Amino acid sequence: MDENTVNKKDEQDPSQSSRRNFLKNIGLLGAGVAAGAGALYSGDIFEKKKAATGESKVLLTQDNRLVEVDSLEMKALAKNPTKLMLEKGREGIEGRRWVMVIDLSKCRNARRCIAACQDAHQLKPEQYHMNTLQMQDAPGTSPYHMPKNCQHCDNPPCVAVCPVDATYKRGDGIVLIDNERCIGCRFCMAACPYSARIFQWTSPKDADKHAGEAYNVELNVPQKLGTISKCLFSADRCREGKLPYCVSACPNGVYYFGDENEDGVTNGTTKETVRLSKLLRDNGAYQLMPELGTKPRVYYLPPKNRLFPFEPSTD
Amino acid sequence: MEKIISDLSHHIRLNKGFFLWMGFLVLAFIACLYAYTRQLRYGLGVAGIRDYISWGLYISNFVFFVASSLIGMLISAVLGLIGMKWVHPITRIAETIAVAFAAVAGLVIVMDMGRPERLAYVFIYARFQSPILWDVTVITTYFVISLLLLLLPLIPDMAVLYKRFANLPGWLKPVYKALSLNWTDHPEQNRIIHRSIYILLILIIPAALSIHTVTSWLFALTVRPGWDSTIFGPYFVSGAFVAGSAAVIIAMYFFRKNYKLQDYLTDLHFNNMGKVLVLVAFVYLYFNINEYLVPGYKLKRADAIHLGELMSGHFAVTFWLVQVGGLLIPIILMLFRRMRRPLPLTIISIAVVLGAWFKRYLIVVPTMAHPYLPIQHVPDNFKVYSPTLIEIAITLLSFTLVLIIITLISKFFPVIPIVETAKDKGLDPLKSIES
Repeated sequence: MDENTVNKKDEQDPSQSSRRNFLKNIGLLGAGVAAGAGALYSGDIFEKKKAATGESKVLLTQDNRLVEVDSLEMKALAKNPTKLMLEKGREGIEGRRWVMVIDLSKCRNARRCIAACQDAHQLKPEQYHMNTLQMQDAPGTSPYHMPKNCQHCDNPPCVAVCPVDATYKRGDGIVLIDNERCIGCRFCMAACPYSARIFQWTSPKDADKHAGEAYNVELNVPQKLGTISKCLFSADRCREGKLPYCVSACPNGVYYFGDENEDGVTNGTTKETVRLSKLLRDNGAYQLMPELGTKPRVYYLPPKNRLFPFEPSTD
Repeated sequence: MEKIISDLSHHIRLNKGFFLWMGFLVLAFIACLYAYTRQLRYGLGVAGIRDYISWGLYISNFVFFVASSLIGMLISAVLGLIGMKWVHPITRIAETIAVAFAAVAGLVIVMDMGRPERLAYVFIYARFQSPILWDVTVITTYFVISLLLLLLPLIPDMAVLYKRFANLPGWLKPVYKALSLNWTDHPEQNRIIHRSIYILLILIIPAALSIHTVTSWLFALTVRPGWDSTIFGPYFVSGAFVAGSAAVIIAMYFFRKNYKLQDYLTDLHFNNMGKVLVLVAFVYLYFNINEYLVPGYKLKRADAIHLGELMSGHFAVTFWLVQVGGLLIPIILMLFRRMRRPLPLTIISIAVVLGAWFKRYLIVVPTMAHPYLPIQHVPDNFKVYSPTLIEIAITLLSFTLVLIIITLISKFFPVIPIVETAKDKGLDPLKSIES
């Protein structure tokens, strides 16, 4: 080949030019054919697309971006969705340490938090992830209503005793339950000093309606007979960057929720974001039974300076 | 020699009494099994347990079963190893009770599971931090050692009966031959079997202590008032000896009467077992005083509520019946020699066993009925626990199963070790085997 090129340069053979032209023509033809085929092919795909769907779907990606995808481009994953969600649910949301602050001076026992929670998690009226308890610390002190949920302890007794690793603590502070693995021994219920856990003793609410739905470990739905359920800090909402169901539903500004790492919590009613450390410091914040060593992730602000009279709950 | 063999094996036959009793047990078993199928179908909600009081009859019964199985270790190992010859005729009864209760204890815990079909997950996803895994491990170990301690001493008896018991039912012959493992009473065989039994008797002591200590930890490792106690291990172990000794006495009385074993299970054996029961009951009383007096003196808020409910509240009647009728009065009565005769001792033992069962109930349920935070906005059946009929039937299911196992073992095998009894009397039953 090298010899050939040298020849081309040095010798001016008249036949050389026609050979070059021939090659050129071949090249042009090739390019033309390629372009034509390409046009035909893309046209064909376009036609196919039109024929197949003509519709597109808006989807939320795992990193929380909204994208528009044509139905044709959507491929079902080989893995089943329950398994995928179980795997995702084992890992916390990177860099977050979720924390809740409950201002007892504002709670009027509206119980909207409970309604929103029970609605989201398919719970019966007597099943509470979040419950408001009527408390009185000592004789002579004023009674108050205390919303009580899972404290998402940093030293969780429930997680320690689980024999099958069905309940676990995530990096972002949330304690979750894998209802596809729970064997229903209820040791975690016995171990929890806050009575935060409930059990599906009978067929869960609307079990027939939800039968066959993929199980979402970050929402605990569909609820499963013979397994444990409890507050999840609305792990599904956290992933979407939204406030938990109970926090958003409160009409009285009781709840703050946010990220300890950012030192900021947002009030669910006013949507006002405040410094966590300042809120805790200025208001005499405390935790439930810290002497038990459970290290809860829920803080309470004492029920002082209330602007409304205490009304006992009726049931 | 012939008299010993015929005395100790004449009950090995199919008779009317056996069929009636087994028929009754099997019918009861099937009826109770039906109750369990309801639970399998509709969930644990068919029982009275709910959120808050989430452990009830099943777990109480589980603790009782583990407790009763411990007696095999006390009689065979502790009393046997320190050279008490009088326990020889009782060892097989004790091991039979141990094997039956240990085997069924594993099933009782499955009855309490919300998802029994996921039982294998306990091994697939085993988490070493959980006391449940420790419990599964030690109960299995204890069951295997107890079973070996039942089977190994049976080997020479099987050989003797296979060769010399003319009335051995034909269908049992292959079983006896297989279990005798070609025993010829060779000195080498004797050396191996004695060695094995000796090692097992030593091994079973830590295994037995572990099963009930770990079972007590299912409660003591939580922070709840009434369970949060450092003495729960020895408290449970001593309580187990009380329940087990009483169970052995009842079984001894039954076998003595029905299998006509008056010459082998004598007043001396009852007298001595009465003394054993008094001793372990005193130890248990001592732990009871510690368990109630120490928190009762300080009356920390949560402890005060718990003790108040036990001693003068919702559980008071059961509590005092158990403590006085099931422990204190039996101790006082059994101090008198006349009360350690077979019949009175058996009646006292029945009271002790009943007390022991309800004691487990009093350990499990009251603590759950009074958590740290108030129980509010829930239906009344969440606040007060009352077992349902189905739950009681499922609990009885476990008892019918234990009785079936004990009946089968004691009916088709000699209740009292034959070779050992003969050797204690200076006879050598196996001499003729070799010839």
